[in-house]
Amino acid sequence: MSYLSLTHADREEMLAAIGVSSIDELFRDIPKGVRYGRELDIAPALTEPELQRHMEELAGKNIVDEVCFLGAGIYDHYVPAVVDAVLQRGELLTAYTPYQPEMSQGVLQAIFEYQTAICELTGMDVSNASGYDGTTVAADACFVAKHATGRTKIVVTEATNPQVRQVIKTYAPGFGLEVVEVPHEGGVTDPDRVREAAVDAAAVIFQQPNFFGNLENAPELAAAANEAGAMPIAHVDPVSLGVLEAPGEYGCAMAIGEGQSAGNSMSYGGPHYGFLAARNDYIRRLPGRIVGETVDAAGERGYVLTLQTREQHIRREKATSNITTNQTLLALAGLVHLSLLGPQGLKELGETCMALRSYAQTELAKAGLEAVFPDKATFKEFAVRTGRPARDALAAARAKGIYAGYPLGRDYAGLDDALLIAVTEKRTTEEIDRLAEALALERQP
Amino acid sequence: MKLIYEKSQAGRRGIGVPKPDLPVPEVPQELARKSPPRLPELAEPEVLRHFTKLSTRNFGIDTGFYPLGSCTMKYNPRVNERIVGLPGFANLHPLVEDDAAQGALELEWHLQEILREVTGLDAVSLQPAAGSQGELTGLMLFRAYFKDKGEDAQRRKIVIPDTAHGTNPASVTMAGYELTPVKTDARGNIDVEDLRDKVDEHTAGLMLTNPSTLGLFDENIEEIRDIFHGVGALMYYDGANLNAVCGISRPGDMGFDVVHINLHKTFSQPHGGGGPGGGPIAVRESLEPFLPVPVVVKDGAGFRLEYDRPKTIGKVRAFSGPFGVFVRSYAFIRSYGPGLKEMSEVAVLNANYILARLKEAYDLPFDRLCMHEFVLSARSLKKEHGVSALDVAKRLMDYGFHPPTIYFPLIVPEALMIEPTESEAKETLDEFVDAMLAIAREGAESPELLHDAPHDRPVRRLDEVRAAKNPIVRFRFEQHPVEQLPVEQSAGARQLEAQKGA
Repeated sequence: MSYLSLTHADREEMLAAIGVSSIDELFRDIPKGVRYGRELDIAPALTEPELQRHMEELAGKNIVDEVCFLGAGIYDHYVPAVVDAVLQRGELLTAYTPYQPEMSQGVLQAIFEYQTAICELTGMDVSNASGYDGTTVAADACFVAKHATGRTKIVVTEATNPQVRQVIKTYAPGFGLEVVEVPHEGGVTDPDRVREAAVDAAAVIFQQPNFFGNLENAPELAAAANEAGAMPIAHVDPVSLGVLEAPGEYGCAMAIGEGQSAGNSMSYGGPHYGFLAARNDYIRRLPGRIVGETVDAAGERGYVLTLQTREQHIRREKATSNITTNQTLLALAGLVHLSLLGPQGLKELGETCMALRSYAQTELAKAGLEAVFPDKATFKEFAVRTGRPARDALAAARAKGIYAGYPLGRDYAGLDDALLIAVTEKRTTEEIDRLAEALALERQP
Repeated sequence: MKLIYEKSQAGRRGIGVPKPDLPVPEVPQELARKSPPRLPELAEPEVLRHFTKLSTRNFGIDTGFYPLGSCTMKYNPRVNERIVGLPGFANLHPLVEDDAAQGALELEWHLQEILREVTGLDAVSLQPAAGSQGELTGLMLFRAYFKDKGEDAQRRKIVIPDTAHGTNPASVTMAGYELTPVKTDARGNIDVEDLRDKVDEHTAGLMLTNPSTLGLFDENIEEIRDIFHGVGALMYYDGANLNAVCGISRPGDMGFDVVHINLHKTFSQPHGGGGPGGGPIAVRESLEPFLPVPVVVKDGAGFRLEYDRPKTIGKVRAFSGPFGVFVRSYAFIRSYGPGLKEMSEVAVLNANYILARLKEAYDLPFDRLCMHEFVLSARSLKKEHGVSALDVAKRLMDYGFHPPTIYFPLIVPEALMIEPTESEAKETLDEFVDAMLAIAREGAESPELLHDAPHDRPVRRLDEVRAAKNPIVRFRFEQHPVEQLPVEQSAGARQLEAQKGA
């Protein structure tokens, strides 16, 4: 099944208009030595019903019916039906970057509204139109910080998502940056350690809540960075920001994060969107698209891509980034979800996550599992010791239809028995009871 | 049209949240939110209507012809949208153990195999999130490869032709390389004489789009390959224009060592108003050890993610890549099978047909058969009648078409870059051509008609200079609208718009 319209007669007529005798002749500029003389070795074409069946078979080989307590950066939050309905509007789905504003006011206004939502959540002045994901926006932020401060050291806390740290380290050599990690102490970061590391640093990046789910003393971490003249950059979870303070309110220069929690299904890791917001001081250094308000020739309000002299298509090798295609559709999903929730809904979403998380902590403690980081305040995620290799605990729970969490030993030494457990508003007390039962340890006298 | 924030009424809600009968724990005082974010407050029907109304103020492939050169705006099959929403795909967490993701891994592995075949290269990483990230990843691989050979300090230069997308030089800077520009010759190929003087043992490699952004296949590609490989340098293929050559000519066979593939162009991921995209890279065997992790490997009858690659550059994005993009592109490819070759043939036929019908009415800087796109110039219209490429683009909107890419590539003044793709019916192509011919006549007879265009879009031409001088980049609630000082600019400067498709 192909999606071509031309008939045989169309093709003949068009070749005649061009003045060639065959399709082959259209390719006469390609040297013979680099032509591909064979048929592509790809499985035969499928009709739509065959394709649907084939894809259902593939999808059926994935296991998605286990109760999900897995988080570690991607979360099983509910995606409202209205999100799907909006994203399937063909005028939005099948458009591209709004280079021509008169054809694109819908997307442009939506991005302007998205930028506003991100600024409101984070307490920042300006947001871009989205980055690829929660890891790449961290690399982008490093590039901003380097040029804003003229410094070449990046400090990142060890309690920041390991994949975020790995992406920063992968980008760093090209940017001419050195990356220094500050170890956690008991699951949180000591502001004094940050203060020492931040000397001569361009930025201090920390996560709130951090990778272990624990709440950092974020205001003190930001203050420690500011004292050293380094830019404090908070990596935050958008659905936490109804209950947790906005980074702009505790002195951060930038706020970044993974947007999946708001409006996107897990989809085996993407496509999702990263958000990146900053204080006004950095507006002309930001990477990516930014939409601004203006007026048209009749004086009516309208929206355009703006501050384009930052961007690669104009500034080329002096651009603030090479980003072109971004994640607008997924950011739109985030905007729709946040618009449905409103401020009260976002707060309630956070409260429900916390209530269920607290219940899970209590029930797991009753089942004999110790907290890895006792007495630490958390949001929707926490770590427990399973009393055996975490993979064994995971396997035992999976046998009972529960995907219990993320084995922290994958990234942190000394935590081979620890699982990171995430609880979203989709979980129920009954499911948590099943989790506790599946992980329960023999009581010691 | 009102912003969603201007429709907000305190106390309205669009969706409820489950409230279990449990106490809500306190957040420590110093970490708790003090004042709530001012998100919109609307009931569900009003939220849906707001975004539906926004959609009516937008134009996509589903609306009509979208010949945005270099962006490959082709049909996005609806079945792919249904498939990507299958619970087995949409509800799969990326950190599950491999046994729970066998269908996803099998799909990724097959997509890797297909991309190897289409590019003629040995190994694939699906991880990069878009074409420009594929470029950057490719250049990181260049550095890792030369570092491994002890030549990274010596090889600092990347050669890029003056027709290149802006992403190429921007990626060069981000990878820590230096840019060496090379000229284009009178036939639209790389100027080989200029090139010879610029390639030596300090050259790390070339970045080339082939066919180029002029829509022309570089006739000297074999000689270019010999020049770079002759000094031990590498070649990077910007796959933005791969839609011209699937099954016809493979980058690996042209001599390229690293290729990125824009899944959102050639393989039909919907562009989503700006994204998402997908930018997998394919590489020659010598570069495989440096690929980002994880890599999807076949292991007996099953599939797994492999992390143990001691020479890897690391990660450029989370997980194995934008999976939903892979689902759509894989489905698109399976619809065509080996017929991908016909897809490219028809894309090239469509472009040449429009070119043949338009080349008398507009300037044609390089008079050759084109590949899947071509570049015209409105230079004569501008000189004789004061009508610019921008005016032509805006007038096309009145005829119901999305404009082509304009003012790119930079070496063509008043450029109009047209890419029809394979999806379109001949009638659509004819209607577009008729509109372009009518606009050329209008430009000569009544230029003000073009200067004032568009006439029936939701907005007239927008003041871009004002937007950039006094940036208003978010709604400011009670402080909105923001008082702005008038910006003194000529009418021309107000409309000057540099753009590129990518």
